[in-house]
Amino acid sequence: MSEEKTEYKESAMVRFLRATEVDTRLLGMIGALVLIWLGFHFYGHFVNGYGAFLTPRNLWNLSVQTSSIAVMATGMVLVIVTRHIDLSVGSLLGFTAMIMGVTQVWVLPQFLGLGHPMIWVITVIVGVLFGTMIGAFQGFLIAYLSIPAFIVTLGGLLIWRGASYLVARGETIAPVDQTFSLIGGGPYGTIGATGSWILGGVVCAGILFMLYNGRKQRLRFGFPTRPMWAECLIGGVGMFVVLGAVMVMNAYPWPKGIVKRYAASNNIEIPEGGLFISHGFAIPILVAIAVGIAMTFLATRTRFGRYVFAIGGNPEAAELAGINTKKMTMLIFALMGGLTGIAAVIASARLKSATLALGQFDELYVIAAAVIGGTSFAGGIGTIYGAILGALVMQSLQSGMVLIGFDAAIQQMVVGGVLVLAVFLDNLYRRNSA
Amino acid sequence: MENTAANTSGNPNASATPLVQMKDISISFGGIHAVEKASCELYPGEVVGLLGHNGAGKSTLIKILSGAYTRDSGTIYVDGEEATITNPRHAKEYGIETIYQTLALADNVDAAANLYLGRELLTRWGTLDDAAMEAETRKVMNRLNPNFTRFKDPVKQLSGGQRQSVAIARAIHFNARILIMDEPTAALGPQETEQVGQLIHQLKDDGIGIFLISHDIHDVFDLADRVVVMKNGAVVGEASTKDVTKDEVLGMIILGKCPAGATRGPGALDD
Ligand SMILES: Nc1ncnc2c1ncn2[C@@H]1O[C@H](COP(=O)(O)OP(=O)(O)OP(=O)(O)O)[C@@H](O)[C@H]1O
Ligand SMILES: [Mg+2]
Repeated sequence: MSEEKTEYKESAMVRFLRATEVDTRLLGMIGALVLIWLGFHFYGHFVNGYGAFLTPRNLWNLSVQTSSIAVMATGMVLVIVTRHIDLSVGSLLGFTAMIMGVTQVWVLPQFLGLGHPMIWVITVIVGVLFGTMIGAFQGFLIAYLSIPAFIVTLGGLLIWRGASYLVARGETIAPVDQTFSLIGGGPYGTIGATGSWILGGVVCAGILFMLYNGRKQRLRFGFPTRPMWAECLIGGVGMFVVLGAVMVMNAYPWPKGIVKRYAASNNIEIPEGGLFISHGFAIPILVAIAVGIAMTFLATRTRFGRYVFAIGGNPEAAELAGINTKKMTMLIFALMGGLTGIAAVIASARLKSATLALGQFDELYVIAAAVIGGTSFAGGIGTIYGAILGALVMQSLQSGMVLIGFDAAIQQMVVGGVLVLAVFLDNLYRRNSA
Repeated sequence: MENTAANTSGNPNASATPLVQMKDISISFGGIHAVEKASCELYPGEVVGLLGHNGAGKSTLIKILSGAYTRDSGTIYVDGEEATITNPRHAKEYGIETIYQTLALADNVDAAANLYLGRELLTRWGTLDDAAMEAETRKVMNRLNPNFTRFKDPVKQLSGGQRQSVAIARAIHFNARILIMDEPTAALGPQETEQVGQLIHQLKDDGIGIFLISHDIHDVFDLADRVVVMKNGAVVGEASTKDVTKDEVLGMIILGKCPAGATRGPGALDD
């Protein structure tokens, strides 16, 4: 683990890690994920007689279920990195979903007519703006009135949940706009086999371009570069994972009933062995991936991100360096609110309705995802990809336990235990590597 | 009245306008009068040693100049004109750079990120130009501390002296006109301290005005043109280093007595 101490007799592993510049904690998280996946699969295989976890169907569902938590977790990283917390995201998600429900079910059809193509667009904009504004307001209280984030967002947790009850008196608002519901996935809310291959190709090209560009930058200033084999290995593994994901997503076919309806409405003859129509990537995953890329860019390549980490490392130093830390705090919470709005779009579209309970306990999953992904409450440390992986770990645990038939009480206890264990392991890791 | 000190100090620029003039600055925290009616000025190409025992108010006074604290009363003039300095950004706009006693580094990011904190170099796409910042940082650090090689590590992992070098590099890299150094050599070894001494001479020749703060007279006496001594938040007196001995300055620091060669301040004790 500690590269410094073992320098005198470098093992092959250490040399490998140094050459590839892969961070060991990323490897650790991927290892944990693989263990969880194999564990659930083989538990199902041996105990229940059927390993249901590592099937295209389950993995596809897993990816959809992870999306909304992953989107919020990327924002929570920035919040926790700056030594704050946001407990209100679950309630804010519910409230925003309710507002969007009212917008698209009660308000807009009156003016535009039912099923108008602009309804989903306006609804999404309303939701994201609304989330951003509430986030900014909470951020304002935290930054300019110096009320601790814990208190402001604990208040928010209660207030926004109550508010979403008031909006519709506890009624469920349904059904949402047809196009809007595609953002939640479902057979029609996917990009199909061809689309997935194209996307996979684009992402692979992106990986190659980034490796190339990074190398060029380093050469420009004469900095040491990775050995060529390491570059190839990283590119190869990256592309393998991307194309593997495409194949898994494409291996999950539409259910028979939907295929029949689709074939009937498009006048397609269903052949003897049945028609195999792939799901491919679901739209919510695409949204989550886009958010992940944008947030990674923001966190690592922009001034904003640099300031976030500097504030987390030493708030006083950041202020003395001339950074407007109050404004930054407000912006970070506004961003968190905006991402919660996006997550609300995904969650309510997936449910095809806005319910009173939507988003309940999400704050815990989101915080857990960020923390499992290596975000430190001491501030200044955290990564976006870590949080996304953390969300995947949390969701894998959750749906894995459902799949093998653990009941809800046990599920909660396991998730809670894992969270505490993860932070403990993280502390161990940091002590050994710092 | 305010210029008599400069006239008697033997300063070559005595007739020029001071770069900075602080007049009757006061600030209190709760009930503590950390600084009370303190005045001093700084001329181009001059090193002023700001001396005083622990808790005398030195850091607090210069933090008012650097915008970290907002004064309760008093006036600051830069180039003879009244200056509004209520946050660190203002101070930087006036060309005031500070090496804080606490160094004020973001521990979790590397030397380059600290050096450029708040003033990052950007690519033409508006993104951080980390490669360029690292390259520049390598140049500056090379001049200050040639043994420094740990450019990729978070500064938390550096030694006290290495961290201090980063803080110094940051203050001198952006063409400061007024440099505040609060105990800049506290963590440095003899060789690095020597290097900072040379650096101060060099900056002085470039016409930069420097406040050099210390509670130890030996650190500053040889480098400073003038000393200003504080005790319990007030200025005991100021003197050209030509007109007083080390022992006399020591008397000012410890006993608050103002010797004949110095100009009395409001904090001087009657003997
Ligand atoms: N932020 C603050 N809040 C309350 N009191 C403060 C604060 N900053 C300084 N003080 C008080 O003001 C007085 C002057 O402190 P200051 O840091 O200016 O001393 P100093 O001369 O720099 O001492 P040293 O040589 O130890 O650095 C001290 O009594 C200190 O306790
Ligand atoms: Mg001090």
